[in-house]
Amino acid sequence: MNARRAVRGLSLHAVVWLIGAFVAVPLVYAVVSGFKSTGELTTNPFGLPARWKIGNYTGILGDAMFWRQIANSTLIAVGTACCTVGAAAMAAFVLARYAFRGRELFYALFTIGLMFPFTVAVLPLFLMLRTFGLLDNPLGVILPQAAFGLPMTIVILRGFFRTIPAEIEEAAVMDGCGRFRFFWTILLPMARPALGTVSVLAVVASWNNFFLPLLVFTGPEWQTIPVGVQQFQGQYSTDYALVLAYVVLAMVPALAFYAVAERQLIGGLTAGATKG
Amino acid sequence: MSTPTAERTREAVPARPPAPVRRLPRGGADWVSLAWFLLPALVLFCVFVLAPIAVAVYTGFFTWGGIGPMDDFAGFGNYTRLFGDEVFLGDLGRGLYLIVLSVTVQLPFALLTAVLLNQRLRGRAVYRTLFFAPYILSEVVTAVLFTMIFLPGAGMADHLAGLLGLEGLRGRWLADPSTVMPTLFTVMVWKYFGFHMMLFLAGLQGIPAEVLEAASLDGAGAWQRFRHVTLPLLGPTIRISVFLSIIGSIQLFDLVWVMTAGGPNHSSETMAIAMFQFGFKRYQVGYASAISVVLFMISLVFSLLYQRYVLRRDLSGAVTTGGGR
Repeated sequence: MNARRAVRGLSLHAVVWLIGAFVAVPLVYAVVSGFKSTGELTTNPFGLPARWKIGNYTGILGDAMFWRQIANSTLIAVGTACCTVGAAAMAAFVLARYAFRGRELFYALFTIGLMFPFTVAVLPLFLMLRTFGLLDNPLGVILPQAAFGLPMTIVILRGFFRTIPAEIEEAAVMDGCGRFRFFWTILLPMARPALGTVSVLAVVASWNNFFLPLLVFTGPEWQTIPVGVQQFQGQYSTDYALVLAYVVLAMVPALAFYAVAERQLIGGLTAGATKG
Repeated sequence: MSTPTAERTREAVPARPPAPVRRLPRGGADWVSLAWFLLPALVLFCVFVLAPIAVAVYTGFFTWGGIGPMDDFAGFGNYTRLFGDEVFLGDLGRGLYLIVLSVTVQLPFALLTAVLLNQRLRGRAVYRTLFFAPYILSEVVTAVLFTMIFLPGAGMADHLAGLLGLEGLRGRWLADPSTVMPTLFTVMVWKYFGFHMMLFLAGLQGIPAEVLEAASLDGAGAWQRFRHVTLPLLGPTIRISVFLSIIGSIQLFDLVWVMTAGGPNHSSETMAIAMFQFGFKRYQVGYASAISVVLFMISLVFSLLYQRYVLRRDLSGAVTTGGGR
């Protein structure tokens, strides 16, 4: 019996290991290859580098363009998260806690936004941004991203705001607290976990967006990391090891953020997906 | 602020005890202050989500290059051209191909992984984190990484094929019309299965242990427990997963654009790629808008039908009772 259980446990581990290899090998390959020269990459694709060459990584880390892209991505992600969460929190507050005519209509309007694919809107969006003069302007990426993030954020926040007991608001109102003050000084601080979750979702979505920054930013001034990676690959297409080093360095901020915010991210995705 | 009014008109809502819904007096200052709260979201949403779709519908009726006056009304000309275009019909077929593979290969794979990681297993938190990690990466970063892996001659995939005795695959991956779609699909699985695994894990955790124990006591084996208890109880999660992977497959862009740009010879083109090619490379903006509209209609009709017929019982909060199907 024990032996059979051991065999079962072993085969279970084997399957999980195999899946793990499927996920991890490309990542490890990229990291290790970044330490090789491109010549060595073709002759010795799997082994450890004969001489660990840190030049690829240090060269990119010394490049002002790389840091500029990181800074742009960060600024745009933070801007998007602030706009999305700010606007969504205000709307969700009203939609969750007050009955008024048309409330369900407004809520339905936002939820149908969940079905609108970003890809569909991108071409007319570009034409509109051009008309507004928002090309080559970070707002041209921040505002549309915020708008497309609203439906999911409103759904999650509305659900959370409904769980905050009415007695708290009653007490606040009796103490002479206005609606806006209640929202700002009591409700938002209480909703901090939910706000954290939706902010993390907004940051990740913005950080990974490629289509819109590609179209809106014509020059290198505002280029974000995903666009930068693609451009870099085009520019150094024959220096494989260098491109892989760039890919690895571009992954680091996202993975570091994931390590810090894992719980909020997964909580938000599972809540958002099942409530969507 | 009209504190006394709000006090007086407060009502309890019987259906949901904790939900503090307040009824407001009709008209008056209160409505106005609530409108201010709604305004930012409404403006953003109307300007950047609803208006572009309206613009696409309008532009789709014109033959237009993107600049200058839009005065060459084409009626449904762009649409008749679309549905007479073999490449575009191929795009639809490739979308369907990705949907079918996602649902029949990726989701079962994600489910298997979730079931494995739901067992007592040393280091399962580490595996969970690892399997989900690709989902966090930008599609472009993923695409460039795999472009390097599938490089003819120098990439890891060629060497791996050599080691496994699959010499026939060397140098072909993304370069050959017959292998490009399976290759792209593999990258898709790498990127997205962790997300579905996470959904399934959340669903599995919601299954009460007593139900499985009871089945066990009644003599159900591991497979029977999975088939007749776990799977039906996981129904709502599975339906959501199917929904998300279909919508995702229809809209796939970044990954394909960076890895193949739709090539070789349109063999990996998707609707979104065609839209991008016509709209931004070939300056046939009216035609590209028509592609956007078709993509939108497909997503919309699918979403509505799916919500109406498949998700209805989940959304209404009913417990799934499907054991036989």
